[in-house]
This record gives sequence, structure tokens and C-alpha cells, in this order.
Amino acid sequence: MLNELSLYILDLVQNSIEAGATFVKIEIVENLENDIFSISIEDNGRGIPKELLKEVTDPFYTTRKTRKVGLGLALASQLAKDCNGKLFIDSSENGTRVKIELQHSHIDRPPLGNIIDTLLLLVCGAPDVDFVYVHRVDRREFVFDTRRLKSVLGEDIPLNLPSVVEFIKEELSKGLSNLFGGANIND
Amino acid sequence: MIKSIQELEEIRKRALEDLEFRKQQGEGIRIVVGMATCGIAAGARPVMLKFVEEIQKRNLKNVTVVQTGCIGLCKYEPIVEVYEPNKEKVTYVKMTPEKVSRVVAEHIVNGKPVYEYTIGYEENKEANK
Repeated sequence: MLNELSLYILDLVQNSIEAGATFVKIEIVENLENDIFSISIEDNGRGIPKELLKEVTDPFYTTRKTRKVGLGLALASQLAKDCNGKLFIDSSENGTRVKIELQHSHIDRPPLGNIIDTLLLLVCGAPDVDFVYVHRVDRREFVFDTRRLKSVLGEDIPLNLPSVVEFIKEELSKGLSNLFGGANIND
Repeated sequence: MIKSIQELEEIRKRALEDLEFRKQQGEGIRIVVGMATCGIAAGARPVMLKFVEEIQKRNLKNVTVVQTGCIGLCKYEPIVEVYEPNKEKVTYVKMTPEKVSRVVAEHIVNGKPVYEYTIGYEENKEANK
């Protein structure tokens, strides 16, 4: 088990990148009223073939050649089971959407953890992929979209340039801190 | 929001100069961090971000940090590979953010790999157990 939800997200988005996605949308919805914490990851990668959909949560299934087990979706599935939740996977040749719904107040639900580090890593590691991050807490919302950065920076500046990474880090901390009513989420 | 767009435009100007510098220098150093489930569970995220931070802090313009999937040596994760032009690849294993500082100082800046952190050292150690 991973001890932060942001690590599950990092892991699942790697699948999107491996599937050749050029666009990944990560959406977190914290619905405190209905006690739901949901994470959705949507991509435009090549999708999971129908006949394999049943097998992807099996830890002994993987498309990788370097070893015989693949744990990403298996871990996510276990997480959902542990937290009175559900895992949904929709996939076609136009992309995949993985959604994890957890009981927000469940004692075994890991904290979101350092989502800023996860997003920074994704942008650094796959600067050509467009990422959208939406985080909703009841009625408040924070949206981060790398396409907006690219429209100002231009196509010739990679997002993993250190000065750009620093800028993204500040944007994310400001945005998320506002979302949580000004609390310093890095602590 | 307007302030941040101005900031970005400033960054763009400086970045263009940096990229020009990179081009003149030719091929630089590439640092590759394994970032599959095994790497992530072993702590690859803080390792990769430490590299990014050190490179920014030291203003190393000709070094890039990228990620890759499972390298196939999960028990040694977090794994970091350093590619320098015209040199053999160096593979570091069981990396931590503390080790990263030393690798950047001694290897990336001064060209001297840190042998105690390499896979060769780790394998020897295991063989002699």
C-alpha cells in the first residue's frame, strides 16, 4: 500500500503516459456533505483492450516486459476495497478514465499527501503532455492547466526548465492554499 | 492572474537565453529516474524533485532530468541513471534525497561518479556477504 493518495495518482498517470496520452485530466472531488473523496484520471491514450479490462486489477497482469507483475491498478482496486469505495475503469481506443471513489471519513483512507510534488513530477517527467488538474472541495474549486502556461511560454520552451518548474510550484501552492482557506498545505 | 502572466513572460525571456546556451554547449547530461510503481513506492518522487531543485539552485543549464518506467531492477529502487556524452552510463541505486546532493556536487558538477552509490558497488557488497 502507498501511504499517500497523491502517490496512487502519480502511479496511475504513469499508465496514461505509457499508453501514449498527450492529454491527462486529474480531477479530485472532496464532497464532504456526502462523505465522498473521488479521484478521476482521464487520458486520451490508446486505451485498454476490452478482453483485458477484467484482468488489469490482477497484480499478476502487466503489459510490461521487464517483469511479470503490474501493481498500479491492483493497488488502486485494493485501496477502494479498504476504504468502503469503488473503482471504475472506462476505456475505449480514444482513451481511458479511471475513477476511485472512497469514503472521505474512512479511517483507512490515506491523506491526499503532497499533490504538488506529484504534479511537478508529472510535468517535469512528461513536459510534452498537457495536464489539467481540477480540485474541488464542496463548492470551492482550483484549476491548473498546463496548456495555459504553454500559451504564454510558447511551444519552444519546455515546461521542465527549472525556472518554469519553480513558477509552477508557486502557482500550485498558492492555488491549493486558497482552496483550503489559506492554510499552508505544505505543512 | 495578470501578475503571474507577466512573471511567465519574464521567465520566457530568460528561458530563451538558457536554451540558446544549451544549443551552443551541445549535448548535455541527462539524468533519468525510474518512476514505475516500484520506484514510487521506494521513494523516487522526492529523489527526482531533489535533482530538479539542486539543478535550479546551482543554475546548471545543460542538465535535464527525465523519468522512465520500470528499469527491471525493482529491489534497487529508487534507481537513477546518469548519461554523459561520450561516457559510460552510471547507474545509482537505492537513492535518497541526501544522496542526490552528493551526486550533483561530485558527479554532475565535478565529473566524478560517487562509486559507493552505484549498482556495481551494491552488487559487490551483496556478493561478498
